[in-house]
Amino acid sequence: MNTTRRVILGAALAGATFIGGYLPGAAQETIKVGILHSLSGTMAISETTLKDVMLMLIEEQNKKGGVLGKKLEAVVVDPASNWPLFAEKARELIAKEKVSAVFGCWTSVSRKSVLPVFKELNSILFYPVQYEGEESERNVFYTGAAPNQQAIPAVDYLAKEEKVQRWVLAGTDYVYPRTTNKILEAYLLAKGVAKEDILINYTPFGHSDWQTIVSDIKKFGTAGKKTAVVSTINGDANVPFYKELGNQGVKATDIPVVAFSVGEEELAGIDTKPLVGHLAAWNYFQSVKTPENEAFIKQWQAFKKDPKAVTNDPMEAHVIGFAMWVKAVEKAKSFDPDKVIDALPGIEAPNLTGGVSKMLPNHHITKPVLIGEIKADGQFDVVSKTGLVAGDAWSKELPESKDLIGDWVEKKCGNFNTKTGKCGGV
Amino acid sequence: MPLLDRLLRILLLAATMAFAPATSHSQSADEAFSRLNADSFSDTARAVEILIATAHPQAAPIIEALAQSRLLAGGGSVAIRTPAGGFIDARTGQALPAEPPGLSPVRLNNNLRRVVQAALGGLGLLNPDPQLRARAAEAVFKSRDVSLLPVVESAIAKETDGRARAALRQAQAAILVAKADAPPFDRLAAMDVLRERGDQEALATLRSLPGDASPALKEAQSRAITEIEGKLALWRAGQNLWYGLSLGSVLLLAAIGLAITFGVMGVINMAHGEMVMLGAYTTFIVQEIIRSSFPGLLEWSLAIALPAAFLVAGLVGIAIERGVIRFLYGRPLETLLATWGISLILQQAVRTAFGPTNREVGAPAFMSGAFELGGLAITWNRLWIIVFAALVFGALLAILRLTPIGLQMRAVTQNRRMASAMGIRTGRVDALTFGLGSGVAGLAGVALSQIDNVSPNLGQSYIIDSFMVVVFGGVGNLWGTLVGAMTLGIANKLLEPYAGAVLGKIALLVLIILFIQKRPRGLFALKGRAVEA
Repeated sequence: MNTTRRVILGAALAGATFIGGYLPGAAQETIKVGILHSLSGTMAISETTLKDVMLMLIEEQNKKGGVLGKKLEAVVVDPASNWPLFAEKARELIAKEKVSAVFGCWTSVSRKSVLPVFKELNSILFYPVQYEGEESERNVFYTGAAPNQQAIPAVDYLAKEEKVQRWVLAGTDYVYPRTTNKILEAYLLAKGVAKEDILINYTPFGHSDWQTIVSDIKKFGTAGKKTAVVSTINGDANVPFYKELGNQGVKATDIPVVAFSVGEEELAGIDTKPLVGHLAAWNYFQSVKTPENEAFIKQWQAFKKDPKAVTNDPMEAHVIGFAMWVKAVEKAKSFDPDKVIDALPGIEAPNLTGGVSKMLPNHHITKPVLIGEIKADGQFDVVSKTGLVAGDAWSKELPESKDLIGDWVEKKCGNFNTKTGKCGGV
Repeated sequence: MPLLDRLLRILLLAATMAFAPATSHSQSADEAFSRLNADSFSDTARAVEILIATAHPQAAPIIEALAQSRLLAGGGSVAIRTPAGGFIDARTGQALPAEPPGLSPVRLNNNLRRVVQAALGGLGLLNPDPQLRARAAEAVFKSRDVSLLPVVESAIAKETDGRARAALRQAQAAILVAKADAPPFDRLAAMDVLRERGDQEALATLRSLPGDASPALKEAQSRAITEIEGKLALWRAGQNLWYGLSLGSVLLLAAIGLAITFGVMGVINMAHGEMVMLGAYTTFIVQEIIRSSFPGLLEWSLAIALPAAFLVAGLVGIAIERGVIRFLYGRPLETLLATWGISLILQQAVRTAFGPTNREVGAPAFMSGAFELGGLAITWNRLWIIVFAALVFGALLAILRLTPIGLQMRAVTQNRRMASAMGIRTGRVDALTFGLGSGVAGLAGVALSQIDNVSPNLGQSYIIDSFMVVVFGGVGNLWGTLVGAMTLGIANKLLEPYAGAVLGKIALLVLIILFIQKRPRGLFALKGRAVEA
């Protein structure tokens, strides 16, 4: 009922809000870049900042003289957290606005919804969010983390550093948590964890009454083995979850919670003092001390005119993705999508945590994995950092995908089966 | 945790020679302070170990400051920031005139936090304050370290305070029960102590026994586990009931304003959730003003926010009624669409004004944390929300029953033309009724700001549930809303442990649909002419 309502209202709203989206065209010939992030509806909380960071990057690039001597022009549209509308807006960006590349989407379902459009009209999408993997498409470049760049290193950290033997996999009921938990369960079972030492729990979107689940977690933790929670709880549901954890006194020293979808933005709405020591796994934290990051934070806070504006992981993914696109265009000496797609694999761009990320043939990138503990001020203290990890498009833990690879350079195939030597996968 | 073991062993040593002269250790104290400067977790842990082993006179304040992130290090020096905001040289304990430059807090991770807690626990066994001794005993209970047994036993012999003594005995039992070379009789007695404690921690301790036990011991163990589990299962049923009451009170708060606008006036108000959201944002604004201008009142910010939220939401409600809804009486579909549009406008307006991210509304101290009542864990914020919901319900009932405006409201909704003929200005009463319903939704927003996101989408998640409660309870009946909210809350929470949150919710919806098929007017249907009007 809720969804239908959102769909209808989203459609009504989009017509009204999107008129304001265009920036005035410059006199000289410009190159358009599409920004496809929800500015209204439920996902606006996360996606609005990504739109802003893209505007900032484009402005910065224009100050440096643009790309190939041409100024860039941002075209902003608002898909209003409405999945079918994402496809319509993508079509509008590519067919009507003739953008050279699109930076956008947050949820996996929005990405799946625009995918046919990008294939049909042959354009480029940079997708900046950590996701469940099991995909490699010619027109999409995944600058967020695949499960092996976030979930699995986090579980390894808990098993090694905190000696965790019993696991609660708690998630919101949709594709990302379900796939990630499937991968994690397979991984833990393969590592010798007993079936009864894994508890999997799903909750609806926006779940706000966590009393039962938090007390279940406490009960699960009384088996005499060290217990931890791996949380793929998404979006708004996190705030009441963490409030309940704090109130029921679940301390990080007893049962640590490691989250994959909680960043600086989400913590902005909570009093973090009772949560000190709970963990998050990302490829970037605002608290990372590198010259690149400090410059970026300064630039961002100046752009937002807010000295307290926070930065987060998907923003860094856009920074890397945009830099890679610029380099690829310069390498290809053209804005033509086919040439840029061919130029992108192998392109390197510095990330904000002191390394250099590289675009791989499977259209994922290399990233370091950082584990951070929540501090009393809502920031993260990095307690572990790996070297660069290459993103796997297809999980090696799942039997149905362990033989698949994505390779758009040599094999020209997103799901090449290394066993049978055939494209087309399973 | 070999580090922890080593540390506790050293603690024991320190306890026996607490008054030994520390001068010979000045060199290792230097090492401790340089390790605190190293910005590495293992170095910090080692430094804690050295401080305790050498019985450094500043060990206790330094470790306590470390636990609270008040220990600063950098450039070779280490300082403590006092809770009052002053600075102390950690090495000498002398006050510093100003914050030494270039220092940053010494970082902690969970392992280090456990080490620090255990250290504080070990130090605390000798503390003159019985409450701190009890807490230290609890830390020992959790760590179950054999090497601490002599210290615990000597502490029991000296202990005079009843509670601290009980805690120490439990700590002793937790250690003894797992000690393979302890006399079997002692181990059995220790098991009895754990069985009497009978909570989840005791269960965890019993379950983690090593497999070396004798058959008699094993039997006692399984008996104790069964007994504790049985007891806990009973408590858990009570706990689920409590959760149900708590969820019911939240539903009641969200729905009770709707019971007025929808139940009494018959207006399908899709913007009801946004009134709740406005109440929550008013709480945020009030708290921000108090924080910046009157910090002394922060504990009372929620009480101050209540009238403000009522007024803001109520006035917006009146504006909506006068501006839109009054032209649409008797046309439910148009009302539904118009209020839907209003809800979108309000959401986007708030998003534009406050930004799309969540806002933090702090909890006053009396609403934070939890307490134990037997085997029930009761969180303060939930308890206060139940009390608050009951108060709001009572007040609303009193307004409708006892005040002139309440009388007029009932008159207008029962027979508009008759009321008008008696000289009641029906338009004004309509506006006030709608304002009252909206204002009550604003009050709900103050309460919900304590447990949910303060975001533009706050209202959306409650609107469906609110309609469900009102329709289930019976339109036009406040008591029906109360019973409906509590029934749904408790049914939801009793289903959840068996069916999971997702299936539980679906099952509940199916049950309601079946119920509405059977009784279309809800639990407590109004009878008579008012229904047909």
